[in-house]
Amino acid sequence: MAKTIAEINQKIREGKAVVVTAEEVIGLVAAKGEEETAAEVDVVTTGTFGPMCSSGAVINLGHAKPRIKIHSARLNKVPVFCGLAAVDIYIGATECTVNDPLNEVFPGDFRYGGGHVIEDLVAGRTVKLEADAYGTDCYPSRRWDREFTLEEVPDAFLFNPRNAYQNYNCAVNLSDRIIYTYMGVLRPKLGNANYCSAGQLSPLLKDPYFRTIGIGTRIFLGGGIGYVAWNGTQHNPGVPRADNGVPLGGSGTLSVVGDLKGMNPRYLAGASFVGYGATLAVGIGIPIPVLNVDILRSAAVPDEELFAPIVDYSTDYPEVTGKTLGRVSYADLKSGSIEIDGKQVRTGSLSSYPRAVEIAETLKKWIKEGDFAIAKPVNLLPCPARDALEGDE
Amino acid sequence: MVCRKVVLHFPRESVDKPIVSRLVRDFRMEVNILKASIDPDEAGLMVVELTGEAEDFEQGLAYLETTGITIQPLSQDIRRNDERCSSCGACVSICPTEALSVERSTMEVLFQDDLCVACELCVRACPLHAMEIRY
Repeated sequence: MAKTIAEINQKIREGKAVVVTAEEVIGLVAAKGEEETAAEVDVVTTGTFGPMCSSGAVINLGHAKPRIKIHSARLNKVPVFCGLAAVDIYIGATECTVNDPLNEVFPGDFRYGGGHVIEDLVAGRTVKLEADAYGTDCYPSRRWDREFTLEEVPDAFLFNPRNAYQNYNCAVNLSDRIIYTYMGVLRPKLGNANYCSAGQLSPLLKDPYFRTIGIGTRIFLGGGIGYVAWNGTQHNPGVPRADNGVPLGGSGTLSVVGDLKGMNPRYLAGASFVGYGATLAVGIGIPIPVLNVDILRSAAVPDEELFAPIVDYSTDYPEVTGKTLGRVSYADLKSGSIEIDGKQVRTGSLSSYPRAVEIAETLKKWIKEGDFAIAKPVNLLPCPARDALEGDE
Repeated sequence: MVCRKVVLHFPRESVDKPIVSRLVRDFRMEVNILKASIDPDEAGLMVVELTGEAEDFEQGLAYLETTGITIQPLSQDIRRNDERCSSCGACVSICPTEALSVERSTMEVLFQDDLCVACELCVRACPLHAMEIRY
């Protein structure tokens, strides 16, 4: 029953494609079996919405009169990277406001940072630029103060070096003091357990061998359209896998890019972690074309069969000991409490499941309405486990 | 029996008055202090759960008003900005009273303000700043 992307796109254009979310496909497989579901379903949509620190935006500010070659600059008092051409800048999600007290009075609030500037831009709010330069014969200006909105700049695109982690840790605190981490506030002595993945809706958990998600894949990014640019930084598909092929800890990642002007602050929001820093919550949805039954089988793995490692963030994480306290399924994490060392521990999530559902549903609607074609990857992402499987065939 | 959580705002002049013991001794009320602070202007704020017979309760509150203290029901104090909340759940595992909880069928985060004791842990823990204080 193997299908091609061209055949699926033909059905999308005709408005005949069968598109379901990664949550819905689980029920379909249970009711009809893998073969029948794989024959019937053309595309499975995934979604995730959570803090993703390795994010930022490239902005071209347009030229000043007289011209300026910016040497250092702030947007709403948040420093930006200026080591590019005259008026090209990059604003990183975790950059803090100048004069932010940081963790001087612990734990700091980090109420505003680069992620918040990006949200302000996408929401259409005015942002204040303060730029300094040393002046050259061709770029004589030494200072540029300007208020602008996203609409007024020539180019702005999100370019995130590492997003959409394939699986993640469940964080706990074994020490006897409260700790403030990028996994949230962790109460002492296993007071709570925080996880950060949409589980059965999470894009890379549903294509564990990167069979369809590759360079050039068209995606939902921040409420607009984006693309997979490359593998993300720290892409590490070599971690141990369960029998169903899904990595048992943080593994693959994506680098993504997309026009900021088409995005929506509902899916791209500035975020703060007390005692840790500022960041950006990013919404990503990726379509998985059901080309064969193997791809369908992976896309239909439920929360019960997806596992996160439990990691102590008071010692093992900061000291890189590599030690884990065991594994827990996303079904258990989502039940509200898990058992660790015989103790019932309440769970909290940093990734919004309802927003992930909304993203998968939105992407489904776009595809069903014929607006969103599936892009065939120009190149697949590195994944030795996939290469080994295909070598066997 | 009446039981209510209220916020008492003490003007600077009343901060040194032994108000809690008067409530206990003269109005037979049970007072559970959930939070107490004095700000740099020396005005005070106390979040308390008051329990007592209806008549005592009424007279106790009337007494408080004579001291210049203003009384505000607690449920107005911590609010959720529903537009801002993404229902991630970063707040639920640190909320001591389970005023913040998850509807498991949809994973939506619920806020029951009648269970809230205004400890404010969620205010700082919320990554999107959706929990707001309105004292």
